[in-house]
Amino acid sequence: MAAKTRARTAEVQTFPGDTPADVLRGYYRSMSLIRNFELRSSEMYARAKIGGYCHLNLGEEATVVGLMAAINKGDYLFTGYRDHGYALMRDLEPGRVMAELFGKTTGVSGGRGGSMHMFDSEARLFGGYGIVGGQIPPATGVALAIKAKQQAGAESDAVMCLLGDGTTNIGAFHESLNLAGLWNLPIVYVIVNNRLGMGTTVEAASAEPDLYKRGASYRIPGIRVDGDDVLAVRDAAETALARARTERQPVLLELMCYRLRGHSVVDPARYRSAEETTIAQKSDPVPVFRAQLIAAGILDDAAADAIDAEIDAIVDASVEFGDASPDPDPADLFAYVYATPVANAPSALPGDPVMEAL
Amino acid sequence: MSIEAAPVTDPPATRVITYRQALNETLRAELLHDDNVFLIGEEIGVFEGSYKITAGLLTEFGPDRVVDAPIAEEGFVGAALGAAMIGMRPVVEIMTINFSLIAIDQIVNHAAKMRSMFGGQVSVPMVIRMPGGGGQQLAATHSQNLEVWFAHIPGLKVLAPSTPADAKALLTAAIRDDDPVIFIENLSLYSSKGEVPDGEQIAEIGKAAVVKEGTDLTIVSYSRGTTTALEVAHKLEAEGLSIEVVDLRSLRPLDRETICASVRKTGHAVVFEDDWLSYGIGAEISATIGEGVFDFLDAPVRRVAAAEVPLPYAKTLELAALPHAAELAKVVREVLNIAPVNSAPLEK
Ligand SMILES: Cc1ncc(C[n+]2csc(CCOP(=O)(O)OP(=O)(O)O)c2C)c(N)n1
Ligand SMILES: [Mg+2]
Repeated sequence: MAAKTRARTAEVQTFPGDTPADVLRGYYRSMSLIRNFELRSSEMYARAKIGGYCHLNLGEEATVVGLMAAINKGDYLFTGYRDHGYALMRDLEPGRVMAELFGKTTGVSGGRGGSMHMFDSEARLFGGYGIVGGQIPPATGVALAIKAKQQAGAESDAVMCLLGDGTTNIGAFHESLNLAGLWNLPIVYVIVNNRLGMGTTVEAASAEPDLYKRGASYRIPGIRVDGDDVLAVRDAAETALARARTERQPVLLELMCYRLRGHSVVDPARYRSAEETTIAQKSDPVPVFRAQLIAAGILDDAAADAIDAEIDAIVDASVEFGDASPDPDPADLFAYVYATPVANAPSALPGDPVMEAL
Repeated sequence: MSIEAAPVTDPPATRVITYRQALNETLRAELLHDDNVFLIGEEIGVFEGSYKITAGLLTEFGPDRVVDAPIAEEGFVGAALGAAMIGMRPVVEIMTINFSLIAIDQIVNHAAKMRSMFGGQVSVPMVIRMPGGGGQQLAATHSQNLEVWFAHIPGLKVLAPSTPADAKALLTAAIRDDDPVIFIENLSLYSSKGEVPDGEQIAEIGKAAVVKEGTDLTIVSYSRGTTTALEVAHKLEAEGLSIEVVDLRSLRPLDRETICASVRKTGHAVVFEDDWLSYGIGAEISATIGEGVFDFLDAPVRRVAAAEVPLPYAKTLELAALPHAAELAKVVREVLNIAPVNSAPLEK
């Protein structure tokens, strides 16, 4: 993952902005990792190594990488169920992410969460959430606790809470933004606007389709940014997080991007017109960024291919790691139900008698 | 005295269709039958339903009758309730039962209470359809069997059909009923097939059915569980055991008569349920049998239910946590005090 603090030495002048060439190459590498990992997940799903629901970040790579370049290690991250890329960008071993998809003990959530429920307390990845909007109130609560425990300032932690465009229609979004606005919480809500919630367009679901404006009712500033532009995403997120840390000002960031494929790996997206699909493919951030870097002389084809090949090997290894990892033992079924052991906590398996015969 | 021949009515013709198709055809028939019927839910129109139950209906009936709602369960369930208060007959689809928890206030505090609390002046002729069920590796939040949450509530009626024919006849009854009806489907039943009679079929709400007769033991179940109960009953039949299967069909009201009549005959009962054991549907059935036909019991009533754990994603854990045919057969043998015979193991 790209380092958060970038040296401002103007090594690259041909590319807009002052981001050093190695950092830009790092962003490309990160985007390539997410792309490759997600395509491999899709393949593993088709081979039945992954079950349940599986939602991919395909098309959202610039958004994911830009956001994760802005966040500090100590910041808390909450996401929806489209969470694989974020787990990778929080520096979790790709093998552990793949192992979670395979339902193995070595997975980031011990194989208990699966695709939608990536969690790593050390990396402060505070969860993928499968219920639409489920992440928003707890993310707000972490911000409440940070405010209670830490002085405002550049050193303070902050919360980043991701959600989809469709998710802005659920009550939890509005209740939480009101709390954050009312209590001045250090949180950045990020709407990843991929223009669809399953098969429903933003216009068909939201009375105010300019979603960034939805902060206005809660006096939360809203900003819309091109989610296909990794640097614009990074810069906007850095500014927003800085406000959260130093001013205790919550911010609503809307990032415009496209979902390259269906809602989940099993959705053929037939409801989408050929025209819309073409637009999505044209703005595909991975080849676009690659071409930009090549045009700016920061990469050439050979160097880009070498990065892709390195990533391919990493993703291969993640699959091997997942395959080689053990399945959870049914004897551990009840391992994490309660934190404090108490008398009479249920531990019966289906068909066990409720009482030992006296 | 002239003897008139009793009018001969041929039984209706039947077709073998899926549970999904039975629901789809019934929704269509009811949209045609009554202008006040409309469908509302997430992704039911353009997307044709997450599980394709509403396929084709937007095209045929248009957006006033098939309403695509944003992800706002509390909002659109409550809006359907309001429409029902002035005589419309909304049929709500909640994508899965798990998301009904977001609408629980409108369902429990409002829909269920209206008629009583306002002195009988208003009724709520709405249906809320939703699938429950685990076993598809959807993990803890997407695999629940929450029927008992609704079955506990006075003012609601709760149905849980196990066959395509019942899906049709109970859904028709639910839509024509003047009260809020919770209609529980199951993800693993949608593609199951069965004979469905043609023409209008309206079941009587509140009645269980004996779906297989037997004399040695009664298995009580509902929804997906009934299909497993039948599988086990047929399998044990081959071993010389005569098992009766009672399919509850209606969880509220509960047909205690049919349950007790069966156990009076067999003297043994096992409940097979997909929900969690403590305070589950089986607890109510066991209590009913204990109070109703205690003297006829030759053994304690047993329950086969899910392990009380948020359902993990990993297949090994999910298999261990959910009740299957193998555990049901084991418990039936235990209740009848019979050693297992050596035969092909039942599917886990
Ligand atoms: C409360 C709730 N309702 C419905 C669903 C089903 N569902 C899962 S994802 C989704 C669409 C969400 O769209 P959006 O917020 O735009 O996120 P995206 O999938 O585009 O990332 C829906 C309706 C759910 N998981 N939870
Ligand atoms: Mg979306």
